[in-house]
Amino acid sequence: MAKTAWDRMQIIHEKNRPTVRDYLPMVFENFIELHGDRFYGDDAAILGGIGTLDGQPVTVLAQVKGRDLKENQQTNFSMPHPEGYRKALRLAKQAEKFHRPVVCLIDTPGAFCGIGAEERGQGEAIARNLMEFMQLETPVISIVLGEGGSGGALALGVCDELAMMQNAIYSVISPRGFASILWKDPSREKEAANIMRITAEDLVEFGVAETIIPEPDGGAHIDPEAAAEAIRQYISETIPKYMKIPIAKLLENRYYKFRKVGVFTEQKGVNPL
Amino acid sequence: MLEDLFSKVKTRASYDKPRVPKGKVSIPENLMFKCPRCGKVEFMDAFLLGNKVCPSCGYHARLTAQERIEQIADNFTFIEYDKHMKSLDPIDFPGYPEKVYHLRRKTGLRDAVITGECTVMGSPCAIGVMDTRFMMASMGSVVGEKVTRLFEQAEGRRLPVVLFTASGGARMQEGIISLMQMAKTSGAVGRHSKRGLLYITVLTDPTTGGVTASFASLGDIIIAEPKTLVGFAGRRVIEGTIRQRLPEDFQSAEFAQEHGFVDLIVERSAMRKTISQLLKLHQTGGAGDGKDSLG
Repeated sequence: MAKTAWDRMQIIHEKNRPTVRDYLPMVFENFIELHGDRFYGDDAAILGGIGTLDGQPVTVLAQVKGRDLKENQQTNFSMPHPEGYRKALRLAKQAEKFHRPVVCLIDTPGAFCGIGAEERGQGEAIARNLMEFMQLETPVISIVLGEGGSGGALALGVCDELAMMQNAIYSVISPRGFASILWKDPSREKEAANIMRITAEDLVEFGVAETIIPEPDGGAHIDPEAAAEAIRQYISETIPKYMKIPIAKLLENRYYKFRKVGVFTEQKGVNPL
Repeated sequence: MLEDLFSKVKTRASYDKPRVPKGKVSIPENLMFKCPRCGKVEFMDAFLLGNKVCPSCGYHARLTAQERIEQIADNFTFIEYDKHMKSLDPIDFPGYPEKVYHLRRKTGLRDAVITGECTVMGSPCAIGVMDTRFMMASMGSVVGEKVTRLFEQAEGRRLPVVLFTASGGARMQEGIISLMQMAKTSGAVGRHSKRGLLYITVLTDPTTGGVTASFASLGDIIIAEPKTLVGFAGRRVIEGTIRQRLPEDFQSAEFAQEHGFVDLIVERSAMRKTISQLLKLHQTGGAGDGKDSLG
């Protein structure tokens, strides 16, 4: 039986759920991490670097959840600041220069909400990434590893193909925030999760995601190697597909992947009730 | 005859008298305006003639989309695009269609943005105006689609875009579909920009959330009205995260300008002229000079 969104949220919040730090050595070879946005600093919430997969160099951009409190403090619980998004964009532009495909691994509750983030233009940083990734002249593949939280996730989510880990969720706001704002009652989190349509299957149905990467029974933490292998296999099969497409066509397809999303009517006099 | 007239007025005035409860002054509704910022009471006429700016302290009250277009566009030049577009209910969220329906009845709007084209002191442009009366101008499918089409239309016709933003953010009632509108609109801005065309953003109160994190931050020139709230996260959310009170001017237009995110702050009375001047500065010499116009 299919698990509910709430069940999946329990799985992705499992203490031992693998993070990008676990996956990196299992999925990529020769990985070298690169730091800094060249403007302000280096945000540990977003990791960037170059590695190979099947001998093909790829740029990896990933949001980093910590495996324990100490790691989480370092990576700010995977909530990036503007400099994190600017680092990601810098490395994506670098990948474009060498026509190297980009793999984005999304795992964040959202972009950080704080004074420094506002002062340094959190909104501008995300907006810039959306516009620039849409025009990036190299293939981009995004995978939601666990939590895809709002604009903070989308800033690494403008891609040619979006894959969801089987138990991952991707939403406009956290179910808690949703319940708190729309019902003024954050304790109705579970109910919100289950009506928001945030599971991998929901996203494929909406045409927002293309692929679901299977997880071992019970979740990725039961067998991290198997989950890593599924990710590796997916990337390995997907990159060559997009490397073959001429750039102009690739960008046109990428634009229409997002262009087509929207639910509305233009009939006159339609009464929704 | 003249005397009759006077006596009539007198009688009418005396009829009015008993209706006023003791201790209260009878003032017709909407005669006066009380400024929510400085608290001064001013004549409504003075407030309205100044385009809803408080004559004492310069407080810029929010305008409806219609009022904004009347202020900016040359008379009778505005042609509306996609007038009949209405949202549906992608995640079957209880109460959403009803809410939208009642707001449509109440405001006369079909959703939170009006788009079209007009001339501003003679210069043609595509124009979009968001209206906070409609679910705090949150961005769902309709706002996303209309803004996207505005840029596509302007790209095809080689028109500059002037967009007055205001928004509480993404429209949560449309779930993930509303989030995707951020990518869609930003993509359309990018394509318009690549063609060498001008995009002027005017940030109006309040511009926040998913709209700040998409098309509102991508203008070639970003203007803001004085004291406009501009930010990504909501004030209460930040206060909740950092557990302290934020300074009064945090996330104001002036704050954004100080940190390098706003080109210029323009008072409402000077807005039309400033936009016209900027449009004219881009009319000759660049790719947007209309020499290879399609329209």
